[in-house]
Amino acid sequence: MTNYQWDFFTVWQNYDLFLYGMWITVVYTFGSIFFGVVIGFMTCAARLSSWRSLQAIARIYQEIFRCSPLLVQLLWFYYAFPLLVGGSIDNRVAAMLTLSLYVGSFYAEIFRGGIVSIDRGQREAAAAIGMSPWQSMVRIILPQALKRMLPSFINQSIIQFKNSSLVSVISVADLAYMAAVVNGQTYRPLESYTVMAALYIALLLPLTQIADWVERRLRASD
Amino acid sequence: MTTTSNDAVLAAVGLRKSYGALEVLKGLDLTLARGEVVALIGPSGSGKSSFIRCLNMMETPSGGDILFRGRKVGDKFRDAGETIGIGTLRRQVGMVFQHFNLFPHKTVLQNVTEGPIVVCKTPRKEAEDRARELLAKVGLADKHAAYPNHLSGGQKQRVAIARALAMDPQVLLLDEVTSALDPELVGEVLTVIRQLAEAGMTMAIVTHEMAFAADVASRVLFLDQGVIAENGSAQDVILKPTNPRLQAFVARFRG
Ligand SMILES: Nc1ncnc2c1ncn2[C@@H]1O[C@H](COP(=O)(O)OP(=O)(O)OP(=O)(O)O)[C@@H](O)[C@H]1O
Ligand SMILES: [Mg+2]
Repeated sequence: MTNYQWDFFTVWQNYDLFLYGMWITVVYTFGSIFFGVVIGFMTCAARLSSWRSLQAIARIYQEIFRCSPLLVQLLWFYYAFPLLVGGSIDNRVAAMLTLSLYVGSFYAEIFRGGIVSIDRGQREAAAAIGMSPWQSMVRIILPQALKRMLPSFINQSIIQFKNSSLVSVISVADLAYMAAVVNGQTYRPLESYTVMAALYIALLLPLTQIADWVERRLRASD
Repeated sequence: MTTTSNDAVLAAVGLRKSYGALEVLKGLDLTLARGEVVALIGPSGSGKSSFIRCLNMMETPSGGDILFRGRKVGDKFRDAGETIGIGTLRRQVGMVFQHFNLFPHKTVLQNVTEGPIVVCKTPRKEAEDRARELLAKVGLADKHAAYPNHLSGGQKQRVAIARALAMDPQVLLLDEVTSALDPELVGEVLTVIRQLAEAGMTMAIVTHEMAFAADVASRVLFLDQGVIAENGSAQDVILKPTNPRLQAFVARFRG
């Protein structure tokens, strides 16, 4: 190892592959965050509704996705699910679907936790001045709950960014997948994977800094 | 104070409330006449909070009726046929809580204008002018821009009273509004309530402040074991009680 000849040049000649991979990673991360927020919001609403069967369905969905590894879910949706429904599924669709359902189950819990953590007295005070349940939710509960759930939301989203690398196992051409491709072409695993790691860090570092900043701001405003 | 039934603003008829198997209110009747101040006293767990919270449907009664100006209150938010809605009721029946329950993400002024603007669709300017008036009335004219977390308990409770008054309620319900306050802050809140009473505000007040109740209330109810055990003037109920359970209760609070 001592006289290993580093050769980043050969690897970096494939920078277009890395750039494309980064783009795909960003698309899957933010795409699944978007769909996850929608799913999480609906699931949270179902959990908080007074309709028992709706609560149960939401709960079952959440537990399935929170209690199995994302890798297992990806494999299942790509290889098993098509057999179940008798067809085939595009790997990109399977990847986006799984990532969204996965993160949605966690978001739902974050949203729900934020809402139920707001003191009951807030809802009562809103009701006492004649607000409808909807007005109370939108004007009194949610503004406070969103603030409280923001740090966990950002955290979960950062984890999602990293988890997106798992889509490479079903051949979605994200950054992790492209590093393997470059390795295959250059036979330079040390450099290929080091570049990959450095790029992930470069993408995530600003996000963790923003998260810290947001958390400091929120704490200061209490 | 003499009243006729025409003056009845808020009434409970045969009011019952159970939590599961526990029956807390066993058929209570109360008529609040315009301008009347009724104090509710009674041992802990006797159902004072349950009772006053049923009056604005914060708790759903298990039986009996709430009447607002003679009209039955339904179980829907909106008016439906003959019955008036819970929303309509609460717009005209204010409530002040033991733990203030101010909106922490809004300024003092916004706390007070929230109801008029959102519920009554009052124009902002008008609502703000009225809010400043009310804040001045409770002695907090200079605090309009502050957030609730920066206020003392006594100041918070006075903002909460202003918030309730901003809706121009026909009745004000107060549930132990000084119980969470440091002793030296109780006076400033009681002063505000006394002023309201003098100005003719109709109120139902749950309190453990016997001297205050005796002083401000036109009528005192002693709640015990889910029924109204005594109902009379402060003179009869607090100052010269005859019922032995009431005697024991009052003696304890005289300390
Ligand atoms: N939401 C609830 N669920 C179950 N039991 C309740 C609930 N609210 C009140 N209770 C019970 O009902 C009884 C009456 O309670 P309530 O709060 O009305 O009494 P209170 O006279 O206001 O007492 P305090 O002086 O302690 O405030 C108590 O035994 C209480 O434990
Ligand atoms: Mg009580």
